[in-house]
Amino acid sequence: MFAALHAPGNPELLLECARYFSPRIEKTSADTVLLDIAGLDHLFGSPRQIAEALTNRAGIPLNVAVAADPDAAVYAARGIGGITVISPGKEAALLAPLPLNLLPGSPDVAEALHAWGIRTFGQLAKLPPLGIAARLGEEGVHLQRLARGEAGRQFRDLLDPVTFEENQELDYPVELLEPLSFVFSRMLTDLTQRLASRALAANEIHLELALEAASPHRCTLRLPVPMRDPAAFLKLLQLELSARPPGAPVLKIMLRLNPVPPRTQQHGLYLARAPEPEKLEITLARLSNFLGTENVGTPQLIDTHRPDSFRMTHFAAIVTKIADPPHRETPVLRRFRPPKHAQVLMTRGRPAHINSMVVQGKVLDASGPWQSSGDWWTREPWDHKEWDIALPDGSFYRLYEDCRTTRWFLEGNYD
Amino acid sequence: MNSAAAALRSSIQASVLEKLGPRFDADFGFRAKSKQELLPGGIPRGAFTEIHGPASSGRTTLMFGALAHLTRQPEFCAYVDAADSFDPVSAAQSGVHLPHLLWVRCAGNSEHALKAADLLLQGGGFGMLVLDLTGVSLRDARRISLASWFRLRNAIEKTPTAFVVAEEQLNAASCSGKQILCHPANPVSRPELL
Repeated sequence: MFAALHAPGNPELLLECARYFSPRIEKTSADTVLLDIAGLDHLFGSPRQIAEALTNRAGIPLNVAVAADPDAAVYAARGIGGITVISPGKEAALLAPLPLNLLPGSPDVAEALHAWGIRTFGQLAKLPPLGIAARLGEEGVHLQRLARGEAGRQFRDLLDPVTFEENQELDYPVELLEPLSFVFSRMLTDLTQRLASRALAANEIHLELALEAASPHRCTLRLPVPMRDPAAFLKLLQLELSARPPGAPVLKIMLRLNPVPPRTQQHGLYLARAPEPEKLEITLARLSNFLGTENVGTPQLIDTHRPDSFRMTHFAAIVTKIADPPHRETPVLRRFRPPKHAQVLMTRGRPAHINSMVVQGKVLDASGPWQSSGDWWTREPWDHKEWDIALPDGSFYRLYEDCRTTRWFLEGNYD
Repeated sequence: MNSAAAALRSSIQASVLEKLGPRFDADFGFRAKSKQELLPGGIPRGAFTEIHGPASSGRTTLMFGALAHLTRQPEFCAYVDAADSFDPVSAAQSGVHLPHLLWVRCAGNSEHALKAADLLLQGGGFGMLVLDLTGVSLRDARRISLASWFRLRNAIEKTPTAFVVAEEQLNAASCSGKQILCHPANPVSRPELL
């Protein structure tokens, strides 16, 4: 079944209304939109109830026609006011009173039909098909099928890219975050409702603030999983703007969400728990707010022998493939960042006494040196002689001598 | 006389355990066997556990063992690192699955560490949350008010998260449900190191 919406002068509203009900839409003309309503009866009921829901959603006077044939629905919406529901097989009877000028005929065919005294769909439908074919050709036959509601053409899906963007100009420059939050809230609610109507979610939030006497403030929030919660989006924006506020009063707001399919996850009875993505993102944003983005995340090891090499990546509660456990356990090191400067007394080529801010005293035993160096081709090479030392109190430390400066450092404590 | 004393001692221990829950001091070294024996019942969920001891007593090894076990379940864990001393290479070598671990670096600020732990507990969903106060000065660690520890204890109750605080000395007093004391091993028993 198909529903046609017809209202002069409001093409965007018609499209928006149609998209709320169905993903399959055809923009038949500037004033008419057709949508596939197959399956909507489970949600809205009978075809008439669907038509009423469409009218209510649009909020403006419009003609709605429901029919099994797309063209029958379109011409009924164009020619009959209000709601029209055409039962299958009754198309010709309902379309019969419509004026012939609704049909898309060439001037020659229209002139011929006018000369024959044909003024309505019904009069054209009653003419003998063979006679029409002989006198008006293929075009005449097609017009007669349209008039009978039997054209049976294919539905032409509208595949235009849909953007989820809201712009809001403010009446006066706004400097504080709180009044801005009210505007964000309304815009995000609208955007997420539009996402929900298309069964989509967002994985990026783009914000652009036009500022008074300053270049625009832009920021992009990337979400680890697709989300559609306006409250979570609002909190993330508030945290972002409180951490990096715009440098001048705001004149205009542009918000854009990047649409993606929503995440689908089947929870099981025996699956391990994980932080809720929305809550986790807000928690991470709060932590980043007072600790800095570079101090919150997941450590990722870098393929190098340089000591203490890693990069911080965004933490996401997504289960990843787990490698086999290590075959051999090694002592765990607690690092001093930065390494602590130390004075070391060497006896027979081995550390015998250490003095630093962390530990002082005799070295009970020492193992080493293990030499490591690298990155000599860069501006930050390293060249270390490492020692593991034991102190009389039972503690163990890693010590190294920087061969480039001949200075000693405590790198960490084995714990 | 000895048997009577032993019977009395065991009966007192049993009644204390019944009232206060299990508590043990772990003479924990670096031996994997000891760790495997300790971990299964050692760190309870929905409770506050303190691991304390001096440097090189195995506190970090114990925590990494628990983190390795949970991150491979797979569960997600968080490590609030007050003194910024966490070594990702050591963690990976201990079996911790790093993509399942959230590392929060507080650069020596114990107040920030407490705040971060509080936020993470409120957010929920982690299998284990470690608050590592090792490396923070004893004076700063003692400054943490009892009210803060009570708040954390209340936040962790009735959740499936295990909350572990690692430190040099006990600070949370009666707020923690379990304390694990680690002793440094004799240096001569460290053949793998020296």
